[in-house]
Amino acid sequence: MSDLMKVSSNPHIRSKVTTSNIMLAVVIALLPAAGFGIYNFGLDALILILVTVSTTVLTEYLYELAMHKKITVGDFSAVVTGLLLALNLPSSAPWWIGMIGGVFAILVVKMLFGGLGQNFMNPALGARCFLLISYTSIMCNFDCDAYSGATPLASLKAGEEINLLNMVIGKTAGTIGETSMIAIVIGACFLILLGVIDLKVPGSYLVSFVLFLILFGGHGPDPVFISAHLAGGGLMLGAFFMATDYVTRPVTKKGQYVYGVILGLLTGIFRIFGPSAEGVSYAIILGNLLVPLIEKLTMPRAFGKGGEKA
Amino acid sequence: MKQNSAAERLINGLLKENPTFVLMLGMCPTLAVTTSAINGLGMGLTTMVVLALSNLFISLLRKIIPDRVRIPAFIVIIASFVTVAELLLKAFIPFLYDALGLYIPLIVVNCIILGRAEAYASKNGPVSSLFDGIGMGLGFTFALTVIGAIRELLGAGEVFGLSIMPESYVPCSIFVLAPGAFFVLAALTAIQNKVKLAGERRGRDMSKVQSGCNLDCAGCGESGCSRRLVEEAAKKSAKEKEGNNG
Repeated sequence: MSDLMKVSSNPHIRSKVTTSNIMLAVVIALLPAAGFGIYNFGLDALILILVTVSTTVLTEYLYELAMHKKITVGDFSAVVTGLLLALNLPSSAPWWIGMIGGVFAILVVKMLFGGLGQNFMNPALGARCFLLISYTSIMCNFDCDAYSGATPLASLKAGEEINLLNMVIGKTAGTIGETSMIAIVIGACFLILLGVIDLKVPGSYLVSFVLFLILFGGHGPDPVFISAHLAGGGLMLGAFFMATDYVTRPVTKKGQYVYGVILGLLTGIFRIFGPSAEGVSYAIILGNLLVPLIEKLTMPRAFGKGGEKA
Repeated sequence: MKQNSAAERLINGLLKENPTFVLMLGMCPTLAVTTSAINGLGMGLTTMVVLALSNLFISLLRKIIPDRVRIPAFIVIIASFVTVAELLLKAFIPFLYDALGLYIPLIVVNCIILGRAEAYASKNGPVSSLFDGIGMGLGFTFALTVIGAIRELLGAGEVFGLSIMPESYVPCSIFVLAPGAFFVLAALTAIQNKVKLAGERRGRDMSKVQSGCNLDCAGCGESGCSRRLVEEAAKKSAKEKEGNNG
């Protein structure tokens, strides 16, 4: 008999979509960005990615072993967290930065709150912000063999000339996975085609961010300025891979638009008015904290309750 | 050990009802000033002096203070000692005065002090109240020093200003910032809960060793776990009444 005809208790609709399938798709979608990062920054980047991913997986495994919980390493979510975290580190960071970040992401942000589905904050971003506060000088050191000097966003903020083509391709200084807009968009298209993510959050995020730039960026609708802001920093990686995290985005449809707009506005505020050039990770983390409130306000009315007046 | 004897009061404050780890009182200074071991120690000792003296005087005056205005009266007594402590610190240990800053005058509203005045000193004799204050103060000092030492060690690689970590250690500066206080306090409370659980599993009576949050953070609706304290106080006063009648 076919899979669709099993007689059993609910749920009756069966689907091949499982957590591990989705997470595997995200890992595959991140490979172009990771691959470009390794090509761009060399062996350092590869080592950092391997250390971080193995730390997150091992931490989750050991924690579940020690706590006598079901081992959930097979669902690839720890791999996604490790990969995302590594792509958010500068290639010059020593290996133990990836290790501390990986342990913090899995142990503190994810497992202590109950594991996958219970964490209130994206583990990779939580760990990135933890590292950013703890080891500011290491996390902001983008000097490596290939590049020296500031990231394009920092030069943009300082009013220097930038090379837009290099920013789109990714041949600039930055964290391992954020530099190449093309590689990230390829991965994002793959996820969208598979139906793993949709454009609600990233779309409203990017649109509201662009509107904010036009209104408050100080350059008006200058296409070079706006495309530089879109291609620079972690905006693309954040919008397509971290803001769309199933666990930490709102579940309601309306809520996802609201969430995207809030992220766009926060990123704009941090980038334009804040002291540092980049603000995507803090924006998404703050957005994560607002999710319960957004969900409460945008909960759709149950069917049949439409005419009821309180 | 005899109830209300000096030694019993000291042990009670230091361990059984440790104000920070068990009663979860005085969280504001606990989180704010423990950026280093010396700051924690200084804050703890200052609070201990104020606590012991205010307990002593409130206990002496407990029959004179009318019940209705007892809280303002307690505050006046506590505030006087805090002012004395503040001026002494400013005169003799200026570096500590600068480090603690605003948190010295805020000792007035430290809930440990008002809590002990209300729960103990206003009902018991001066000697045991004095030792209750010293015990609670020592417990507070102990907790603050431990938290401060851990934060200083991780966040600056030092304890009491002495470098302990090897030179290759890169300080994790988040631990001397505000989030570090929450990380360390949470970890210490978790360890304490773990010890309590292990004790219960081995069949020891752990009801005397209270835990600040009854092990269940998810279902904890009582802010500051006040309900448990109220219940206990009610039980205590009921017992006392029985004792008086008998």
